[in-house]
Amino acid sequence: MTSVTDHGTAHPKKIRFYRHSVAVRLTHWLNVICLSFLLMSGLQIFNAHPDLYWGQYGADADHSFISIGAVTDGDSIKGITRIGSVSIPTTGVLGASTVDGELTPRAFPSWITIPSYQDLAAGRRWHFFFAWFFVINGFVYLLYGLIAGHFKRDLVPTKDQLTPAHLAHEISEHARLRFPKGEEARRYNSLQKLTYMAVIFVILPLMVLTGLTMSPGFDSIFPWLLDIFGGRQSARTIHFITASLIVAFVVVHLVMVLVSGVWNNLRSMITGYYGLTIDAGKETNK
Amino acid sequence: MKFNVTRRRFLIGSSVAATGLLTGCDALVENSSVNDILQKGEALTMGAQRLLMPHEPLAREFTEADLSPTFKANGTQMPDSEDYARLLEGNFADWRLVVNGMVRTPLSLSLADLKAMPSRTQITRHDCVEGWSAIGKWTGVPLGLVLQKAGIAPGARYAVFHCADEYEKSLDGSGVYYESIDLVDAYHPQTILSYNMNGKDLEVAHGAPLRLRVERQLGYKHAKYVMHIELVDSFKTLWGGKGGFWEDRGYEWYAGI
Repeated sequence: MTSVTDHGTAHPKKIRFYRHSVAVRLTHWLNVICLSFLLMSGLQIFNAHPDLYWGQYGADADHSFISIGAVTDGDSIKGITRIGSVSIPTTGVLGASTVDGELTPRAFPSWITIPSYQDLAAGRRWHFFFAWFFVINGFVYLLYGLIAGHFKRDLVPTKDQLTPAHLAHEISEHARLRFPKGEEARRYNSLQKLTYMAVIFVILPLMVLTGLTMSPGFDSIFPWLLDIFGGRQSARTIHFITASLIVAFVVVHLVMVLVSGVWNNLRSMITGYYGLTIDAGKETNK
Repeated sequence: MKFNVTRRRFLIGSSVAATGLLTGCDALVENSSVNDILQKGEALTMGAQRLLMPHEPLAREFTEADLSPTFKANGTQMPDSEDYARLLEGNFADWRLVVNGMVRTPLSLSLADLKAMPSRTQITRHDCVEGWSAIGKWTGVPLGLVLQKAGIAPGARYAVFHCADEYEKSLDGSGVYYESIDLVDAYHPQTILSYNMNGKDLEVAHGAPLRLRVERQLGYKHAKYVMHIELVDSFKTLWGGKGGFWEDRGYEWYAGI
């Protein structure tokens, strides 16, 4: 009798491999906490002056290009979000939303701000505390990524992943919500790698730098911040845009986690182990 | 095992969870030990900024072309007191800036006295804690020169600015505007007592006859309608004990961020 493997027939075999190190898992979840508090306290701060400008200065009399406000409408009010010259009615969510059963002028609604009621001082206290937490956590992650080779090993796309044919193939597979299986699922796909790198090396650092540019103290220490972002008000606008991009990333990230095997993904970010079904024949031949 | 989550149950569950989270967050915001921890962030911010500015860098100065077409007036726009009304009517001829507390020579300076001292003009950006900014041109006497004239007594750590306006009406006077800065900021070359804005005498809405400019901090530190500068070793016994009107209402004392 010969065994099945001797024939070289592929048999599917379930394995678990160690995907996420302790450092990655810990910094990931701390980041979840930090970004949640930063977003909600940030929207509280935004509500204190819900207009965005471009340039060095910007206040009530100046032209804002994004504005979330309320206008009176008979006995009631209407929420209006304006981007450039386009005004969109957003009553109920942006500009005017319900507080204690009553429609109230508020840029972002109370269910998404910390605290739920208007309190700029508290919003700032939470924001800056978690900003420190986020920056320290981020530095730990960056140091680990460089020293332990995490970036090189897991995030930088390999040459074969960057060919136009491969990228086109991945885009069409993603659009159909079909994800790599077997051996290919051991590594991140190139869209995933490029997205993670954009978030880690571009969007999050921009978030920190534009945040620092809003600080008059830091502006005196690093005046070049004002030059690279074109002024404090531009930096405030970019801060808002990059925050929105992070929210968009998180939404897509969560959808991807859900549709590509939610328990497997969650387990790997908690215990570190990711399950795979591989070709047993291939495994023995290796 | 099977979870049978109906739409109705899901909606009830999620709204209970959301309400629970919300009240949970608000409870945390109002918890004093949580606030004690969060306030460590302020100390960290001030420590980091001071560590990075041993050379006392200047806030950016702009050109006339960068001036805000309209400089937003915020806070009190017209102090509501008979004393102030009388001073304004007399074009501030009877106004005196009192400098006392932990000083060797208490001073009482008229506007003319201040204008006769060396002045500094700077075009700087004013950043409100709410998020907006305006650029204005300010002329005034460096605070350091006034403090030099008075001679600071050993042990003095802060300059407190008592103002003419009561921003919040109160029976005990606790709504009166005041601010404080430490001596590092007090002696910074751009920290001036300004009597002139955009080439004209300071308008009432902007703090006539005298307002503080402390350029590396937020707008609420720039006390308007300054009447009295008091040098102290601690501001614990003043009003709310936090060193300023807005500080007593929860805002950071160090407003460099």
